[in-house]
Amino acid sequence: MNNREETLIPKIGVITDVRIDTPDIKTFRVVTPDGKKAFDHRPGQCAMLSVPGVGEAMFSITSSPTNEEYMEFSIKKCGCVTDWLHQAEVGQQITIRGPYGKPFPVDDEFAGKNMLFIAGGVGLAPLRSVINYCRHYRDRYGKIDIVYGSRSKDDLLDYKEIIDEWMTDAGVDVHLTIDREQEGWDGHVGFVPNYVKELGFDTDKTAVLCGPPIMIKFTLDGLVSLGFDKTQIYTTLELRMKCGVGKCGRCNVGAKYVCKDGPVFRCDELDELPDEY
Amino acid sequence: MQKITKEQLIERASALLRDGTVNHVLGWAQGEFDYDITPAVFSDESSLTGNFVWNDFCGANFSKYLVSKCRTLEGKILVFLKPCDTYSFNQLLTEHRFDREKVYAIGIPCEGMADIDKVKAICGDGISSIDCSGEKLSVTSIYEDSPISVNTADVLTERCVNCKSKKHVAYDELLGDEGDILDSARFDEVAKIEAMTPDERFAFWQNELSRCIRCNACRDVCPACTCEVCVFNNPKSGVENKAPANSFEEKMFHIIRAFHVAGRCTDCGECSRVCPQNIPLHLLNRKFIKEMNECYGEYQAGETVGSKSPLTDYTLEDLEPGEVFDRGDINA
Amino acid sequence: MRKCSLDSLNSVFAKIAEAMALYLPVDGSDGRAVFSKWEDGSVLSNALNTVRSPKDFFFPQSEDLMRFKTEGKNIEIIDIRPESEDFAVFGVRACDVKSFDILDRVFLTEPCDSYYASRREHGVIISLACTRPSETCFCQAFGIDPSTPAGDISCFKTDNEMYWQANTEKGEALLKAIESLTEECTDEAVNEQKEKIRAIMKKLPLASLTTNSFGGGKTTELFDRPEWAELSEACLGCGTCTFVCPTCQCYDIKDFNTGNGVIRYRCWDSCMYSEFTRMAHGNNRISQKERFRQRFMHKLVYYPENNDGLFSCVGCGRCLSRCPISMNIVKVMKKLGGESK
Repeated sequence: MNNREETLIPKIGVITDVRIDTPDIKTFRVVTPDGKKAFDHRPGQCAMLSVPGVGEAMFSITSSPTNEEYMEFSIKKCGCVTDWLHQAEVGQQITIRGPYGKPFPVDDEFAGKNMLFIAGGVGLAPLRSVINYCRHYRDRYGKIDIVYGSRSKDDLLDYKEIIDEWMTDAGVDVHLTIDREQEGWDGHVGFVPNYVKELGFDTDKTAVLCGPPIMIKFTLDGLVSLGFDKTQIYTTLELRMKCGVGKCGRCNVGAKYVCKDGPVFRCDELDELPDEY
Repeated sequence: MQKITKEQLIERASALLRDGTVNHVLGWAQGEFDYDITPAVFSDESSLTGNFVWNDFCGANFSKYLVSKCRTLEGKILVFLKPCDTYSFNQLLTEHRFDREKVYAIGIPCEGMADIDKVKAICGDGISSIDCSGEKLSVTSIYEDSPISVNTADVLTERCVNCKSKKHVAYDELLGDEGDILDSARFDEVAKIEAMTPDERFAFWQNELSRCIRCNACRDVCPACTCEVCVFNNPKSGVENKAPANSFEEKMFHIIRAFHVAGRCTDCGECSRVCPQNIPLHLLNRKFIKEMNECYGEYQAGETVGSKSPLTDYTLEDLEPGEVFDRGDINA
Repeated sequence: MRKCSLDSLNSVFAKIAEAMALYLPVDGSDGRAVFSKWEDGSVLSNALNTVRSPKDFFFPQSEDLMRFKTEGKNIEIIDIRPESEDFAVFGVRACDVKSFDILDRVFLTEPCDSYYASRREHGVIISLACTRPSETCFCQAFGIDPSTPAGDISCFKTDNEMYWQANTEKGEALLKAIESLTEECTDEAVNEQKEKIRAIMKKLPLASLTTNSFGGGKTTELFDRPEWAELSEACLGCGTCTFVCPTCQCYDIKDFNTGNGVIRYRCWDSCMYSEFTRMAHGNNRISQKERFRQRFMHKLVYYPENNDGLFSCVGCGRCLSRCPISMNIVKVMKKLGGESK
């Protein structure tokens, strides 16, 4: 018997709650069979979830590390593994391994800063972890601004938590937007990059972006035009992964592997990398 | 030695580029050595004079490249076709895989292509140059003081040993003389395998196919394999695979591929030429061709544009399934 | 250093095979050399190298990682990792020995790959110095001396003798086991042969190839070079170069439903394949140009950047011989400025 540790061999996870967030996103709560968290993690890190016989895929951990009871994953239905997970019921076992990747520098570069979080669609999933971490350790950070946009009101992830918790926090401003006018929506309408420019934030902030590539590109341009330096802006990347530990060879951008050198990158670091993500 | 020279081809291609008949030339580019020749697109005269090559190692069949190059290149493309390449050319046209209007085809005679592995079996490693201009190949090696003379006939690729046709079945212009369809012994090897007992036959293919590394070179070079997404690359197909999960899978890949190209395979031999593991893949395809010839009468895919393969063409004279069954029974 | 006569080589192999499985290059039924398990009567191939590299022994094309049993909503994970048994691979050329350094840095870096590690610990590499390098050889561009291969044991074959030199504890132990069949000797004959080989290396057609234009930090300079379009123009997108390469280690992990449980297995993958990086929402390497570039940038820039300047090519020449369209790393290097004038 080969008794060495092996990261590719996962643990069993049990789905203890399934929350329907949007028509194509569900949030899954996962613990080990004895009811504990599968492992500790930091905000921005990921885990490999799998359904034996269907496949394995990398997901960002959307719950904050400060939640000591369970982990949560907000998963959009878009492929084999995610289709299967969307059919799963409470009590279903899956496999889980991790944590993988470099987290957000919440205790270093982010400490003491005013934070600006900008997300589009399911891109809120990795940011929710760090947002809730910052809310938990509220006194370690300055003002928090959150800009979040989606296609429609129904596509806004974590809507209840945003309304009930984030919006009621002191020193947290949430700016929601949807792409097109919709009945029953009296908030802002328009794309995230434009909204960010309209809001015209001061540059005394550290910005964290996550969303579809096109949103990231235009929002980044927008922030730079507002006077932000790229060293103030962080984002997360997503590429196809199999191993999660920089060995299977497919998630590299230049010499960096998204699974182990990322997924969190500072935008000036991205400028050093070839445009292949 | 090829009857037509590199200089003649460059001259003709240059003239056609110059007068605007064509904008690009699909041809063979000189490698590091005299035998490692790469298909290339030439778009001006200087690149032709600098890099174009035509010698006994220009095996690559350009027909399949026309599928992608007709989409990506602006203007008209000159393609040089050896006789066997023209069959693939026609078959691809039959299947509407490229725009004939975008192509200017020049047929060139071929005296057979050499297999560098066969040359090395005679001369060993360390070949520094191969002169193909004489009756025999003249091979210079860093290990020999004087060149080694090699009979071309001794080093021909398998498909050239069993050449089925020196006749071009498609071209806009022919350089040199037209050849004839040959009496080829290409089915002899198939007959030998047919004569084996089922156990021997299984052992034969087991030995050959067990070497497969599933690099897909046979599929990717095959002019009959032009599916936009191959079933073996499609995760949704259920058979997508990069390596065998069990010992039967390699056979499945090759057998399914042989079935899929049956009736469309022109027996161009590219699959066996490129196989890094030297698997005689052409024998699978030839078995199908032989079988179809015997059951439905002689048919050569790609001989004419628009012809229907016996497998897609029903006639009243077709063999009844019962007869096929009986025949199979006798063979077993 | 010890030696045995070539006539007695079979009995030396037999002795090694008593202790552990022994693999060596023999000529296959198609005439090409292939590593096979030694059995009485096996004849060492004279070929310079095998088509498949010896990486297969440590990183096989396909291997089962674990099994799953599912019942209702429950899953059981079954760890099926065996401890490897001792084995020896004879006849590994200097280039291929070097490839293990490159693979080690991938698989043995934390978190260590236990499947690979187990085989590495149990495998004994017996290298064999080259005597007749091919025109396709360019190991010297990567600082490899084919006359003096590394490995647990280095062997040198002369006209009548095989010389054995242990380099590691594992090698010492194995030499001890065959002590009765070999005799102590000086390294005079071996040194003489080394000089001969080094002289041949200078005459090889690819002797002028250099890595000067490559290495870590060259991404910006090389990534957008226009030559990539021309170099990748004819690439078929097959996996031949990656699968015959001793240093290519990209892999895929897949599940196979046996009907009686699920096997999760790992198999070689190729960055040349169109679906290698394909995701549900798109592919970041859209055409063959990007995939082709990735392979060479990885070997010549990205890998050295992450590994103290070590290139992930050993100049074995397999891709030169086997690429269906004869496009390869030498042509890429020369096009991008890798030849000393």
